[in-house]
Amino acid sequence: MNIKGEARYQRQILLKDFGRSGQEKLFQAKVLVIGAGGLGCPVLQYLAAAGVGTLGIVDHDVVELSNLHRQILYTVSNVGLLKVNCAAERLKEFNPDITVLTYPVQLNNQNALSILNEFDIIIDGSDNFPTRYMINDACVLLNKPLVYGALSETEGQVSVFNVADEVGIKVNYRDVFPVAPQPGEVLNCSEAGVLGVLPGIIGVMQANEAIKLISGIGETLCNQLMIYNLYTSQTYKIKLSPADPGSTDLPLDIPAFMKMDYNWFCGISIPRKELKEMGPDQFLQILQENSFTIIDVREPGELPAASGFDYISLPLSELKREIPPINGDKIILFCHSGIRSIIAGELLLEAYPEKEFYSLKGGILRMKS
Amino acid sequence: MKNINKLKTEVLLFGRLAELLGTERIQLEAVADTDAVCSQLEGLCPALKQLNYQIAVNRVIIHGNQHLTDGMTVALMPPFSGG
Repeated sequence: MNIKGEARYQRQILLKDFGRSGQEKLFQAKVLVIGAGGLGCPVLQYLAAAGVGTLGIVDHDVVELSNLHRQILYTVSNVGLLKVNCAAERLKEFNPDITVLTYPVQLNNQNALSILNEFDIIIDGSDNFPTRYMINDACVLLNKPLVYGALSETEGQVSVFNVADEVGIKVNYRDVFPVAPQPGEVLNCSEAGVLGVLPGIIGVMQANEAIKLISGIGETLCNQLMIYNLYTSQTYKIKLSPADPGSTDLPLDIPAFMKMDYNWFCGISIPRKELKEMGPDQFLQILQENSFTIIDVREPGELPAASGFDYISLPLSELKREIPPINGDKIILFCHSGIRSIIAGELLLEAYPEKEFYSLKGGILRMKS
Repeated sequence: MKNINKLKTEVLLFGRLAELLGTERIQLEAVADTDAVCSQLEGLCPALKQLNYQIAVNRVIIHGNQHLTDGMTVALMPPFSGG
């Protein structure tokens, strides 16, 4: 097999256990890193340098100045820009021979399975419990190895979930933490603070677990939880085992996963946004902004056809049967006269309470007159 | 009863639990099982009742209450969310 830019990897190919076959395995591997923050940055940097052939990055945030002390892929000139774009650009500079795929979206249970399914190994570098439970559940349903890493103020945890040990036993995050902490119970880095080196250490440990999983060298932290203490430099490893089946809230199939409310599970209630109406003048204005997703909820073939802007067709009759994934955070719905778009908006708000939905007042009729 | 009175258990605390109790290590006496460890610690620090954490005995995770014998180490670990 031909490894692009092979000379770059000479020092690790030299390593007896790893060798050229290890390098080939890395080159063929596809790894998804969720969160391009404190953990995600070192993970991405080391996996790109090591020659993992395809890296995916999921993050919907922009770079902030207060990220730079620990999120070492970014520079001052990146502040305000999307993390996935800055990270991808930087990684291509390190290693132009690998493929970097970017997903500038907030991972949710409507988009998670299709994104995760494209990869061999998933790395959790997220910063909140709803996302951590969701990533875990998606990995269990898709049967993907999950490299877990998480931080408190001065301690970090690392584990490899959903990989069978030599006797076929698999453990997932819910076996270790079946009950989700309630808001305020456990503080994250933005609330409690963190020294930049801690995510660096834990992130590099996650990258190491991924390299071991892919290449088959060494022993992974499969079915073990490792806790690292930054102040004492001590590690503590514990052996994990599955909880009783049925004692956790793990969704048993994909439909159950799609219906799961992960915020609610973690005690977080998101204030439901109201459906708003938008007049034709404002609609013409927002067409210039390009920041809205526009949806026609009329049935196929209804006239007049909409023209002059891009839109998605999503008939109300279909919406009543099944709510599909919706791209974007701001969505405007239109129909013939502005009545069905209100019904569609209420249905969509129910499914996506965090998004902003508008109904075009008076429908396309008013636009045309 | 004699045995239980002599029983010494070392308890390791991680994350917020160490912070709340002000130490990473506590020696408890006369605790017969892991439930007794939790209730003794909750007596020292009632805020613990509100927290979720996992328990390992001699570096092995447990699911439910476990009987303790002399010299065992119990570790209490909360989940972390930061990234």
